Amino acid sequence: MRPFTYERASNARAALRAVTDRPNAKFIAGGTNLIDLMKLQVETPAHLVDVNHLPLANIEEVDGGLRIGALVRNSTLAGDRRVREKYPVLSEALLAGASGQLRNKATTGGNLLQRTRCFYFYNRDTPCNKREPGSGCSALEGLNRMHAILGASPTCIAVHPSDMAVAMAALDATVETLSASGETRNIPLTDFHNLPGVEPQTETQLRPDELITAVTLPPPPPGGQVYRKVRDRASYAFALVSVAVAGGRIALGGVAHKPWRATRTEAALNSGAAPVDAADAELAAAKGYGGNDFKIPLVRRMIVRTLTQSAARETEVKHG
Amino acid sequence: MDDLAPGYPSNILDEDRQGVLGRPLDRVDGPLKVAGKAIYAYEYAGQGKAAYGFIVGAAVATGRILAIDTAETSRLPGVVLIMTHPNVPTHRAYVTSGELPSGQPPYGVGRPFLADGRVRYHGEPVALVVAESFEQARDAAARVKVSYEAGPKPATRVKHEAAHAYAPKDVRGFLETDSSKGDFAGAFAGAPVQIDATYDTPFQNHHALEPHASMAVWQDGAVTLYVAAQLPIDCRDVIADTLQLPPEKVRIICKFVGGGFGSKLRTEADAVLSALAARQLGRPVKIAFTRQQVVVNAAHRTESIQRVRLGAERGGRLIALAHEALEHTSTFDEFAEQTVDATRHLYAAPNRLTTHRLVRLDLPMPGDMRAPGEAIGMLATEQAMDELACAIGLDPIELRIRNEPKVHPETGKPFSTRHLVECYREGAQRFGWDRRPAQPATLRDGRWLVGYGMAASIRSNFMATSQARARLAPDGRLTVQTAMTDIGTGTYTILTQIAAECLGLPVGQVTAEIGDSDLPRSPGSGGSFGAGSSGSAVYYACMTLLDRMARAAGLNDPSLLAIKHGQVSVGGQTMPIDAFMAQYAPQGIEADGEIKPGQEMRDYSQNAYGACFAEVGVDIDSGEPRLRRMLGVFTAGRILNAKTARSQATGGLIWGLSSALHEEGLIDERYGKFMNNDLAGYHVPAHADVVDVDAVFLPEVDDKSNPLKSKGLGELGICGSGAAVANAIYNACGVRVRSYPITLDKLIFDPAFPTPD
Ligand SMILES: Cc1cc2nc3c(=O)[nH]c(=O)nc-3n(C[C@H](O)[C@H](O)[C@H](O)COP(=O)(O)OP(=O)(O)OC[C@H]3O[C@@H](n4cnc5c(N)ncnc54)[C@H](O)[C@@H]3O)c2cc1C
Ligand code: SF4
Repeated sequence: MRPFTYERASNARAALRAVTDRPNAKFIAGGTNLIDLMKLQVETPAHLVDVNHLPLANIEEVDGGLRIGALVRNSTLAGDRRVREKYPVLSEALLAGASGQLRNKATTGGNLLQRTRCFYFYNRDTPCNKREPGSGCSALEGLNRMHAILGASPTCIAVHPSDMAVAMAALDATVETLSASGETRNIPLTDFHNLPGVEPQTETQLRPDELITAVTLPPPPPGGQVYRKVRDRASYAFALVSVAVAGGRIALGGVAHKPWRATRTEAALNSGAAPVDAADAELAAAKGYGGNDFKIPLVRRMIVRTLTQSAARETEVKHG
Repeated sequence: MDDLAPGYPSNILDEDRQGVLGRPLDRVDGPLKVAGKAIYAYEYAGQGKAAYGFIVGAAVATGRILAIDTAETSRLPGVVLIMTHPNVPTHRAYVTSGELPSGQPPYGVGRPFLADGRVRYHGEPVALVVAESFEQARDAAARVKVSYEAGPKPATRVKHEAAHAYAPKDVRGFLETDSSKGDFAGAFAGAPVQIDATYDTPFQNHHALEPHASMAVWQDGAVTLYVAAQLPIDCRDVIADTLQLPPEKVRIICKFVGGGFGSKLRTEADAVLSALAARQLGRPVKIAFTRQQVVVNAAHRTESIQRVRLGAERGGRLIALAHEALEHTSTFDEFAEQTVDATRHLYAAPNRLTTHRLVRLDLPMPGDMRAPGEAIGMLATEQAMDELACAIGLDPIELRIRNEPKVHPETGKPFSTRHLVECYREGAQRFGWDRRPAQPATLRDGRWLVGYGMAASIRSNFMATSQARARLAPDGRLTVQTAMTDIGTGTYTILTQIAAECLGLPVGQVTAEIGDSDLPRSPGSGGSFGAGSSGSAVYYACMTLLDRMARAAGLNDPSLLAIKHGQVSVGGQTMPIDAFMAQYAPQGIEADGEIKPGQEMRDYSQNAYGACFAEVGVDIDSGEPRLRRMLGVFTAGRILNAKTARSQATGGLIWGLSSALHEEGLIDERYGKFMNNDLAGYHVPAHADVVDVDAVFLPEVDDKSNPLKSKGLGELGICGSGAAVANAIYNACGVRVRSYPITLDKLIFDPAFPTPD
């Protein structure tokens, strides 16, 4: 770990001032991702601004939806009665992620900004464009079983590992940010994360002088909701692929550099296509890199299955 | 046959007088552990302020070091020492296994580090940085700039080097490389039913919870090393040999070890370098591996390619049996895992062939990992037996019973005890084996395809020379001592029980002292020989102690003295043990004991046995394979503690599950590096994967094994259990996966996998 200085911020303004005043400063929330990366010197901030004491840990009802503070812990959010009743896809996604201990620390804002789990990103003695721009992408012809099949670039084929964000993408969530100059932005979650392109090191639309303050969910869409995560063990494993369904909206996890809204599948379903054809509409652009070829047919199977399941839940709800 | 060793006679333990041996006594060290008061190697303090070392690993897999630039590092605050090959103090050259006297295990000889500029594997130590704090040392280590002349592309996979395979002279100094009997080729060719299948198993890492860690403290030319070690005496010998010191100048302390599984048999860079650095600095030095460093700085398990051929009659009787293993060693030394060994003992077949072949890879030395040999060998053979059962339409248990040998199938030696068939029957009954669908992919539970599988377990019983001391204090408290370790298995507890049973004392009055190389010699923990060997030495020490007590009381016949619950009956009189001591031995009494492998070890085939059963579900949509239930029914001679034995057995079953479904060390062949080097990337089962696992031991005493009549069981549960899971997966979904681990992508794209409805 590189030596760093630390300060605890008590309000958002002060936190923003603290990160903009100092070069190479970073926020720290639950620390479950950042600290690991600091130990490996993948991240080497010189100054940490602890945001855990900012008053951003509430879940409020607004306009028929929910406003989730950036510091709401993953376990709190998963257990919230309103979330479990109206947004079960989100609760299921959270509970499918990490472990109980990690979820108790992990925050809503930190979860959105967690970094990829690509082995090469973690091992500093191997080339990786995301960690060291221009050094090359080792995964392209290396160990890429966990990697992207949609929206990847020859520069980087990593995936975003979050479960929570996939459910939020299906729920049409918005990320609320505040900048040092006092500007707030509301960024649709589906636009919040970038595709790798030629600059995989820039992962989101968040600017260095911005803080995530909340995630807002609009009222739940009509229809059944399901989160289905496929993984190598029953718990404490990142998704190989995941599917979130909320009414007519579908998002995929484990397939791209961002939570992937399957808009082509949605459109095909709207125009009456069978589930398997709707899945194929999205997968037409999919590309495997060897180790992850299996994800393409796996996603097809899981979209079909999850649609059936959500339809069944909808019926359940209707018939009480 | 008449001059076979007679075995161990009936003794005090058979009488069960005190009634503590075998009982499910809680771990005597449990309260210390849950209270955080058990001190592990890295946690020792005192004896001056320790400095912290951090190892820099090579960033290439082959080649040599051109230059090491330490300018930036040496200027950093807190840095007190940078050790690299040009400035490392002279220490002994590496001793390869080929240079050892025959039969001597390779764990007690010179292990130099930083000795020259060659790089033999990725991550090999190239520098040690010592600083005032761990984080300073780690940061400073990251700033050491090493330039290399890269060597040829590393050879890192067994499959690519098969053309260069060679037959080792022997397998680890005590097993034959190959074995054969009858005419395998001819018999196999003529067999009415043939199975010819090749299986592969991946690299595995031990990942004990406690990483390798050491603290070295020098005083007056002698070093005390607090270290996470399984074998204190060997560790002492390594340090003495490497640093060229007389052994009595080295003391190893390892009171608590947070798991070993074979990875702490060898003495590694943490120990050697902390000893060197502490001597140079004149203050204690601590070194611990990070999780990532454990993967390369300690042993791993070889990957293997195993061909199994079974030739059988239609009724299932085996006519021909072959098991051939291809595995790896390093470029600089030899280690051969005894992958085919279990095959030599398990089934009858008149025509047989087993072989071990090695390739040399540019990787760290592979080494022992729980149940070396059986653990991976039986993943292949016990799946092959299932394939045979399915091919002839015979119940897998019945197939095994039909091939149960009466004597050792290769040597003709008698078995000391063998109740394998009883394990099958008891297990089948308890598990509900009759509910196993005869046809694969026919049992459903919602979206789960459900299947049952089973496999046999066998693990060789070993014994190693062991000594112990028992000392009865004037107040009647008994202390037993031996340089044994408790690596989480329960050694403290069973030694306490054995001593309490022998002396007729309540367990609260007995203390076991271990984990110190200055105590009487013990082989340490490894190969499941620990309990039997060190426990027998304790038994003999206690027997001699009883004898001395009798003599002290003026009795010539020790059987005239009896102790129970701390009350001594002597010459018709009964008195508390402290009163006895006050009267007859006010100074206390001490006695030593020793066990050596005897003729019984040579005359009999000694193994522990079992039958493993698994029920799995395979998700019909995703192919995710998950365990639903698992049961092992075992026999391992006398069980010394029902609770710690069961923990070992269930732990082994879970590890079998782990090798079937999860574990796989992934190497990037371009860099020659293990890439999934943390516990997020290297999967072992999580709690949610281990829903219902149980283990049962059938009553048995083996009077050919040792005076305790016990057999090693620490590794038994892992033997065969992974194959039971693989067989259950086949039964669930009809897909035979011969490449471990069995992950969903290997299932759903097989044409045999059922289509979701
Ligand atoms: C072993 C392991 C397994 C895991 N498995 C899963 C899994 O299966 N599924 C899953 O979804 N996740 C998983 N996780 C990831 C976990 O969910 C994330 O680590 C966690 O959500 C990150 O939240 P945090 O608050 O700890 O973030 P931190 O580590 O504190 O921060 C992460 C990043 O976000 C920045 N940041 C934090 N808060 C803000 C804010 N309000 N505004 C701006 N920037 C901010 C930090 O500067 C940092 O760069 C796993 C993690 C581990 C270690
Ligand atoms: S996929 Fe991305 S993160 Fe992984 S090695 Fe390539 S550039 Fe780095």
